[in-house]
Amino acid sequence: MAHSVFLPIEIACLALLAWIVLAFLGLACIRQPRIILNVIFPAGAAISLVIAVVGFMALTLQAQTIILPLGLPNLPFHLRLDNLSGVFLTLLGGVSFAVSIFSCGYFRNYNGPKLALVALQYHTFLASMALVLLADDAYLFMVAWGAMAVASYFLVTTEHQVPQNRSAGFIYLLTAHLGAIAILFSFGVIQGGHGEYTFDALRQAPLTPLWSTVAFLLAFFGFGAKAGMLPLHIWLPEAHPAAPSPVSALMSGVMIKTAIYGMIRVIYDLLGVIQWQWGMVVLTVGAATALFGILFALTQNDLKRLLAYSSVENIGIILIGLGLSMVFMGMGHPTLGVLGLIAALYHTINHGIYKALLFLGAGAILRSSGMRNLNQMGGFIRHMPKIALFMLVGVLSISALPPLNGFASEWLIFQTTLQAPALQSGVLRSLVPVTAAILALVGALTATCFVKVFGIAFLGQMRNPDLKEIHDARFTETIGMAWLAISCVVLGLLPVFVIHLLNNVSLSITGFGLPSDAVDSNWIWLIPTSAARASYSPIIFFAVVISAVLITIFLVHRLYHGRLRRGPAWDCGYPEQTPRMQDSSDAFAQAIRRIFGPVFKATRHFPSPDDTAPRFSVTVEDKHWAGLYLRIARLTTFVSNQLGVVQQGRIHVYLLYSLVTLIALLIFVQ
Amino acid sequence: MTIPLSGQLINLSAAFLLLVGFAMLAQRRILSLINLFAMQSFVLVLSTLIVAISTHQHHLYYSVGITFVLKVILIPWLLHRFIRKLNLKWDVETHIAIPTTMLLGIVLVIFAFNLAQPISQLSGTVTRHTLGIAIAGVLLAFLMMITRRKAVSQVIGFLAMENGLFFAATSATYGMPLVVELGIALDVLVAMVIFGIFFFHIREAFDSLDLKHMEQLKED
Repeated sequence: MAHSVFLPIEIACLALLAWIVLAFLGLACIRQPRIILNVIFPAGAAISLVIAVVGFMALTLQAQTIILPLGLPNLPFHLRLDNLSGVFLTLLGGVSFAVSIFSCGYFRNYNGPKLALVALQYHTFLASMALVLLADDAYLFMVAWGAMAVASYFLVTTEHQVPQNRSAGFIYLLTAHLGAIAILFSFGVIQGGHGEYTFDALRQAPLTPLWSTVAFLLAFFGFGAKAGMLPLHIWLPEAHPAAPSPVSALMSGVMIKTAIYGMIRVIYDLLGVIQWQWGMVVLTVGAATALFGILFALTQNDLKRLLAYSSVENIGIILIGLGLSMVFMGMGHPTLGVLGLIAALYHTINHGIYKALLFLGAGAILRSSGMRNLNQMGGFIRHMPKIALFMLVGVLSISALPPLNGFASEWLIFQTTLQAPALQSGVLRSLVPVTAAILALVGALTATCFVKVFGIAFLGQMRNPDLKEIHDARFTETIGMAWLAISCVVLGLLPVFVIHLLNNVSLSITGFGLPSDAVDSNWIWLIPTSAARASYSPIIFFAVVISAVLITIFLVHRLYHGRLRRGPAWDCGYPEQTPRMQDSSDAFAQAIRRIFGPVFKATRHFPSPDDTAPRFSVTVEDKHWAGLYLRIARLTTFVSNQLGVVQQGRIHVYLLYSLVTLIALLIFVQ
Repeated sequence: MTIPLSGQLINLSAAFLLLVGFAMLAQRRILSLINLFAMQSFVLVLSTLIVAISTHQHHLYYSVGITFVLKVILIPWLLHRFIRKLNLKWDVETHIAIPTTMLLGIVLVIFAFNLAQPISQLSGTVTRHTLGIAIAGVLLAFLMMITRRKAVSQVIGFLAMENGLFFAATSATYGMPLVVELGIALDVLVAMVIFGIFFFHIREAFDSLDLKHMEQLKED
């Protein structure tokens, strides 16, 4: 290639720089909110497209590295663009393009200073996420990771006047820091005492199996805290409702995926030799996370909280894919392991896109009606048909209905679990299908959950007839959501292209690829292992569905009588009916709340018989709060109080501490 | 084995230094404490001068000059001024009885000599035998800071500790580079000014210079 043309990695660096420049331009335009909305955010979206293109190009290219003379003396920043970072950069670029465009309209009510700060933090957030994906040494990785956490913390606390938002931000920051410390330790273990922190050196550092297990556990904990895996998920349902909707979309769509990126990078790339026991840990945690996440999503009334719990569930599904892959790799079946890895990556991309779409939809509803509580919504399809259409696409995708993208990746994960008979160990052979069963249960519950979302919010009648000023999505909001909705459809219809590209990733980091049947398959038929076992063609499926619908319409309208009559619905003999009598969100989830009773901590409020304005309410709490976190908090307070004895407030005592320490150290070095 | 005259003189001054250190530990009156500090600084100046003459290290002459001006004249004068202004005539109260302190001091000196032994054997300077005394000087000053109640005596303890450090530097390596020494000298001077301001503020806030009042600052 000619030298006058920039390498993709150089373009990526320039794009990063451009985001940072935009961030500060946004701050400079503190008095001109219109410029921020009409110039800065669209420019950011254009850069997103560049990043997406660079990432897409990287999927088929060799890895490229670059060393930037920044950072500390003798510790320059190493950057690397390879297939794996390409996947996540494409996701980052694609999702942030939609979110930036959406933001032009969404933030229109913000005043100057607030908007300027959001523009600053938003673009810094984007740049730091891209930097996390490009980092090629532990030092730069941690710097970018920290910048990402801080930028998103400030975005979460945009509405800092509300006390809940401040505490949500605090919980988020706390979890992020705990995770970051674990990741730092993990890198420290991996480097094995050589003091070299470039990823190349980390790859080559020899580790005993024990230490590499320690490194794995630390990395799993650290990245799991960011991703929202089971006991560490508590920040998600707090932070997502607090943040402005485009920020939630980015955090759920892309940021928690950087944790998945980190896991894959550390486990597959840096550690390299995978032990199957690790896979079982990931698989178990993933299954628990998925089941727990969707059960809690089902019982939520706050739409954004519901979506946050659903993100927890999807992270669980991704972890199931990764865990399966690690089990197969560790047991010496790399080809099957590759399938799990590809399925996990595919699901990561898909979830990033449809969850961003759903969060943007939730934001559009919030912006136009001011509502987040599902119990108050209803009949919105007549007032916001465009939002309803896009939400429908998102809801179908997340419920894993063919031919949309959610189905393709979940089907691949199922196919991976069905390879369990290949395993030698009888225990594993029987445990892996259990995860398949959990996955199936989770799939059904997800569908229930999103039937509830769409049915309660958009169908039926308006619960609050006084609400007049409901409008549909504005132009920019429509473009943002349409982009994501189209991506959902395209990714669902062309899974073969996607897995061919992801196969490159797997080849470059594990050295193994899919079996020849899968690689040679044509673009219509998706074949995960061999044509004899399973195959799926979304396009044929789609064509059949469309033609069935068209034929039915044709038959009904042309051959049948074709007459149309609109009349009042039958009222079952009760003439006095109000919209409040509709099935509510609480009512919809009631059965699930009963069946899975022990999981929830539900407190119900029954009105007394003589109450003139009776209201029934139910609140569902996360048992992890009382069972785990409050205990840790109490223990911390207790230990702190005990340690507080050390603080005497007397200078002499403090000096004595210094003297004793000094003498102890002197004895030690002697 | 005979020790050259300069070496004997240095050992003598080191012994004086240690003696003055113990004297400071035992001294109850603030005024005498300041004079003892000035005396210790003067012994330090003398010993450094002997090292400078016997080894022809030119930069040590500058150190001698700085130390003399700063620690023998300027700081004792400042301290005298402080206690005149603050009207501190009373005796120093101690946390631990003086004889106990002396015994603790002896333990520290033994520890310091034990510590310095391997280092002294490695060092090739004429002054190497005095390293133990230098470390002992630092530790004794530390002990003094711990046992005294009044802010002024704590500051004197701090300065005496710096004397010990300085002596350690000359005895182990013929002194630190001039830049470092200048920096430390400036630090000590600035610290004096800050302590001075601090004294007045402590007295304004608590009507006394007794540090036990500062225990109220602790957060419960």
